[in-house]
Amino acid sequence: MTTDASTAGPAGPGPGAGSDEGAEGRVYNVGGQDWDEVVRAAQQAGDKTDTERMVINMGPQHPSTHGVLRLILTLDGETVVELRPVIGYLHTGIEKNMEFRTWTQGVTFCTRADYLSPIFNEAAYCLAVEKLLGIEAEIPERASILRVLMMELNRISSHVTAVGTFGLELGATTVFLYGLRIREKVLDVCELITGLRMNHAYVRPGGVSQDLPAGALDAIREFIGVMPEQSAELRSLMDANPLYLARTRNVAYLDLAGCMTYGVTGPILRATGLPWDLRKSQPYCGYETYDFAVPTRTGCDAYDRYIVRMDEIDESVKIIAECADRLASAGPGPVMVANKKIGWPAQLALGLDGLGNSPDHIAHIMSQSMEALIHHFKLVTEGFRVPPGQVYAAVESPRGELGCHAVSDGGTRPYRAHLRDPSFAHLQALPAMTEGGLLADIIAAVASLDPIMGGVDR
Amino acid sequence: MSEATPPGQDPPGGAEPDEAALAGQQRLQEQVVRTGMFGTETTGDTSGYGGLQVRRAPPPSSPRPYGSYFDEVADALATRLEAGGSGFADAVERVVVDRGELTLHVRPEHLVEVARLLRDEPALGFELCGGVSGVHYPSDAGRELHAVYHLLSITHNRRIRLEVSVPDADPHIPSLVGVYPTCDWHERETWDFFGLVFDGHPGLTRIEMPDDWKGHPQRKDYPLGGIPVEYRGATVPPPEERRSYQ
Repeated sequence: MTTDASTAGPAGPGPGAGSDEGAEGRVYNVGGQDWDEVVRAAQQAGDKTDTERMVINMGPQHPSTHGVLRLILTLDGETVVELRPVIGYLHTGIEKNMEFRTWTQGVTFCTRADYLSPIFNEAAYCLAVEKLLGIEAEIPERASILRVLMMELNRISSHVTAVGTFGLELGATTVFLYGLRIREKVLDVCELITGLRMNHAYVRPGGVSQDLPAGALDAIREFIGVMPEQSAELRSLMDANPLYLARTRNVAYLDLAGCMTYGVTGPILRATGLPWDLRKSQPYCGYETYDFAVPTRTGCDAYDRYIVRMDEIDESVKIIAECADRLASAGPGPVMVANKKIGWPAQLALGLDGLGNSPDHIAHIMSQSMEALIHHFKLVTEGFRVPPGQVYAAVESPRGELGCHAVSDGGTRPYRAHLRDPSFAHLQALPAMTEGGLLADIIAAVASLDPIMGGVDR
Repeated sequence: MSEATPPGQDPPGGAEPDEAALAGQQRLQEQVVRTGMFGTETTGDTSGYGGLQVRRAPPPSSPRPYGSYFDEVADALATRLEAGGSGFADAVERVVVDRGELTLHVRPEHLVEVARLLRDEPALGFELCGGVSGVHYPSDAGRELHAVYHLLSITHNRRIRLEVSVPDADPHIPSLVGVYPTCDWHERETWDFFGLVFDGHPGLTRIEMPDDWKGHPQRKDYPLGGIPVEYRGATVPPPEERRSYQ
């Protein structure tokens, strides 16, 4: 394995990287669409030999790097000699911000970290807070089912986006459109249930923000009705496509030892043949009661990661169907923990102008119960106190193990909340997967890792 | 809370003292970390909470048996540490079992040895490291900066946590990149945000903040700045100075 040399060096050049100052050798400033000039200039320079290497910045504004990821490439012709990923362009201080908001408000921040799988960020954080509070056993059954339902819907939308952009980056626009068509349907369902298409803040410490609105079960059933056909359509474009196979088979190889070395989990790990899925091995939210399989492949390459993702979509559809049946048969019930010192007091309702405070709840606190008003006021302004301590809660996000390390000092705000984002760990493995390969394979490698820079930089 | 024992409840001499009373007495020995309720120091606190004193919780340490698989892990680690020359008590300061999770507080000088054993010993088998997370406790004198490592064993399906604490004046921790290469970026992040120096790291540079950034933003003493909106001579104070529930 090419471990040491690839990750050892300090990533990124010094502050003067953009200028000629301090740079070794000749510097060309490339603004796009002027490759001919660069090549001509390099040829005319006279110092070109067979061993001459070219250092190229790919990103941070590059359409194929999945967001603001910067790759510093040292190229020998078309061969990648060295690759250094540089991150930090999307750092927004989410973890620091959470330290200045209540435990409940923290959800609104962490949901924005990995923006393609917001529900998983929320779930990991809320599971950590609930563990700190010691109320895991008190979470209503219905809330857990709704969490599972939303997580699996989110897994589908995340995977189809990953696969769709994978196709787009390799030059297949159709795949992107087919993938985004599915995502659109998922987002419609999510909007119906949570009120928002992204950054839902739906999962809250103690439960979820609201129960299913009228018509949601029908929308879910309609979605899972068309989903198998649409996912099959997507697969028919990719699975045996000779161009796609040529670009992905045996590309970006990372075996089990490599995954362990770099802390890689999720579909990449399962594409090495190890059926490690936290939903099975360390179940949360009642995943042990659902019937689903953990798809694995043994190719360790970009193609098998794609196949694992597509197989997982089919499993997610099965879980969603089971969730819908359970929700329908269980009937209405609480979706927030009964403890009035913790459970968020406001119930939401869908009005003509969108989701807002439930008129019934407002009537209750304003004219019926002074105690309810006090509880509402105290919880909303002050929040609840969490006993001191620290916990680590992990969920299986579409990308791998998403962990939340939450520390409390006994106050109303997180003393420290850290998200262990899978993409952050996975990007470290990029040099090992691409060095010695071709420049074009970097695109396939990055796309097969499916990194979301919002989660990487937080 | 008063230090004097309430009249009429004096434990008669010879009788065993009340456990809760003992715990309360011990708590009163601890350092006061905070007064008041809202973080106000400049103006009079009219809330009635002004006299509140919050004392630091004593560092928890769990007695044996730890329960679950924790004893097994501790035993296997102790056996191997003793075979290697250093005792369990030398390497592991204390063991905390809290909310079903095991935390080993490891002395910095033994961190690499402990991590290597945890990874390589078949009975332990913690192959996967979830990375490092820093925590800054400015009130914990002499051990302000903590580095927390989350380890996962796929072989045994177990999780444990290592915690290392160092003083702010000498924030040096040996790097775990040699044992878990995945710690590379995580340690850079912890350096970037907390100023923890990981000795032996191949290239400890900033990772999230710009290279020329000053300070370490996630430390509790990092100045946040305020919005310089002035209204009749007053400005909006930065978040950490605002009145808020604590």
